[in-house]
Amino acid sequence: MRYIDEFRDPEAAKRVVASLHEITTRPWTVMEVCGGQTHAIVRFGIDQLLPDGLELVHGPGCPVCVTPVQYVDKAIELAARPDVIFCSFGDMLRVPGTDSDLLKAKARGADIRIVYSPVDAVQIASENPDKQVVFFAVGFETTAPANAMAAFQAHRQGVSNFSMLVSHVLVPPAMESLLTSPTNRVQGFLAAGHVCTVMGYEVYRPIADKYRVPIVVTGFEPLDILQGLHMCVRQLEAGRAEVENQYARSVRPEGNSPAQSIISEVFRVVPRQWRGLGEIPQSGLGLSEAYRIYDAEERFGRVAPEPDHDGVCISGRIMQGLAKPPDCPAFGTRCTPDSPLGVTMVSSEGSCAAYHRYRGTTPVAA
Amino acid sequence: MNDGPSCPTPLVDDELIELAHGGGGRRMQRLIETLFLPAFANPQLDARHDGAMFKVAGQRLAFTTDSYVVDPIFFPGGDIGTLAVNGTVNDLAMCGAKPLHLSAGLIIEEGLPTADLQRVVGSMQHAAEQAGATIVTGDTKVVDKGKGDRIFINTAGIGVCEHARDIGPQQIQPGDVIVLSGDLGRHAIAVLAARNDLGLEAEITSDCAPLAAPILDLLAAGLDMHCLRDLTRGGLASALVEVAEASGRDIALEESAIPVRDDVRGVCELLGFDPIYLANEGRFIAILSEAGAADALRILGRHSVSSGAKIIGRVETTTAGQVEMTSLIGGRRRVDMLSGEQLPRIC
Repeated sequence: MRYIDEFRDPEAAKRVVASLHEITTRPWTVMEVCGGQTHAIVRFGIDQLLPDGLELVHGPGCPVCVTPVQYVDKAIELAARPDVIFCSFGDMLRVPGTDSDLLKAKARGADIRIVYSPVDAVQIASENPDKQVVFFAVGFETTAPANAMAAFQAHRQGVSNFSMLVSHVLVPPAMESLLTSPTNRVQGFLAAGHVCTVMGYEVYRPIADKYRVPIVVTGFEPLDILQGLHMCVRQLEAGRAEVENQYARSVRPEGNSPAQSIISEVFRVVPRQWRGLGEIPQSGLGLSEAYRIYDAEERFGRVAPEPDHDGVCISGRIMQGLAKPPDCPAFGTRCTPDSPLGVTMVSSEGSCAAYHRYRGTTPVAA
Repeated sequence: MNDGPSCPTPLVDDELIELAHGGGGRRMQRLIETLFLPAFANPQLDARHDGAMFKVAGQRLAFTTDSYVVDPIFFPGGDIGTLAVNGTVNDLAMCGAKPLHLSAGLIIEEGLPTADLQRVVGSMQHAAEQAGATIVTGDTKVVDKGKGDRIFINTAGIGVCEHARDIGPQQIQPGDVIVLSGDLGRHAIAVLAARNDLGLEAEITSDCAPLAAPILDLLAAGLDMHCLRDLTRGGLASALVEVAEASGRDIALEESAIPVRDDVRGVCELLGFDPIYLANEGRFIAILSEAGAADALRILGRHSVSSGAKIIGRVETTTAGQVEMTSLIGGRRRVDMLSGEQLPRIC
């Protein structure tokens, strides 16, 4: 299959791995930002092929993982209302709220529907004029254009029984937040390719300059990740801190302008609470003034995100690159995909779920 | 930035039955192990095969049942009637049995067009003929509108074993090869596309098909067959994990050897699905000694339903009861069962 097979070619991968071994002279810690990259790294065993001392740590780029528990609780509350049809992407359904999740709410009779495109939720709203249709709009810059399009279409078609529960987050502020943390150990980033497809990568230049970190826009296939890592290590070894683009087949420096226009028409930048990371200023998107009438929080009451509570789960440390899933005492024992203690075990793109699924609780021989 | 994140209350209470309890993964296993097996405990059930095997008047018989609730009831490559017959016929085949007779229980929601029922019944008869079985008894119930979903079908079947082999996970041996009968995931994607109008360029048709003929040929050839499994809910991965866990032996797979069509892979890439977990309705694995591998591939190649058969892995000498896969680029990963069904991802 084009654009997939050539980036999973074992011989090409071997060549990049060999070169990576040649150029790496010191230990380095590189963070892949996106959960999709984490998933590919663990699924294909990429980390097992790296030189000693070159460590990949897993970033906060899993939208399911960073959605605050209070938004999940609000989603469950809204879904349980008899006048509401609640629409969501599939992987939000298993995320635990304070004492339930959307799948359990569905089993109790809530009308919850998995949609593949946010615009489908607008369609459901126009087909059910006597119901309130609420769409759970979560995600990074990647999903923002499609979610914005749903509000735009609802507005254009006059579908007034549609609204969105919005917990959108932005990648660059989270990277800066990690870099300013006193415990930071990240020396280079593989930036999330799909986020950059939408937003471009100019925004990363000030971060690379200010914090002296190389940032390589990277794709999601094994060869993408190996090449991105190779570019990052080459910069680290040479003492450079620049923004480079490995994912040039999808990402242009300026990004996708029409997608950015619809985002800026429908959304505005707001502060956001991140599950596991705390509040980060100017790190999220909320509906703009013109689209406020489609805000489910305006319609059904506001969500008050609270700081996270302490517990055994170390997902916050994992998403900051300070720990790996097997470091958690609950990993694979009290915390499994069947009974997750934290979100990184729930989402298919969460690091803990990826380790559990592809490595199990016993080490896989390299 | 805070250090200790939130730890939501563990949601381990299985107070209510959820869809995941029927998803063919860990949750369903747990339901079977904690509720059904203790309640009905007996040696045939405890063997946890696709069907029960027992002797009546010196003749070895296989007996199985399955219920069908697919939505939509018509999809490219088949319908609920085709599935209801093939599913049960295939479960009998996995016991190494020749399918003989089937029962059919129909639960119909009022308002179903009679023409739809006629079409489904026609498909059942056609599928039964193809498999060489007859539908010899049945039952019909009609429920109020809203109390069902157009039509649900239960079938049960009996078959006869004309060979003397023991077939099951316990029989697998180190060095055995794992033969997969063809490409993965077409049934799951065909139904998903029919349900959600995914706007695919070309139609993907279900792999739904009767599997008894190639299986009976394999057995008639006297190959050293150890285990057979059809790859329905939970897909290849769940079937192999079940076999590994039940046998206590490790299984090693080669990702590059597992056939998946490009159109199916495309949808998987888009939605974040792994094809080894997708449901099939016309695919099986045969685990047999390596000496018979070439003959097995030759025999399977003669049947259109298994003409794409390939060796995808083997049984190891180690005994952790796990499945491992060598990835396309040479890394290794564990293959585990999913909790429930795969859910399409956000991005």
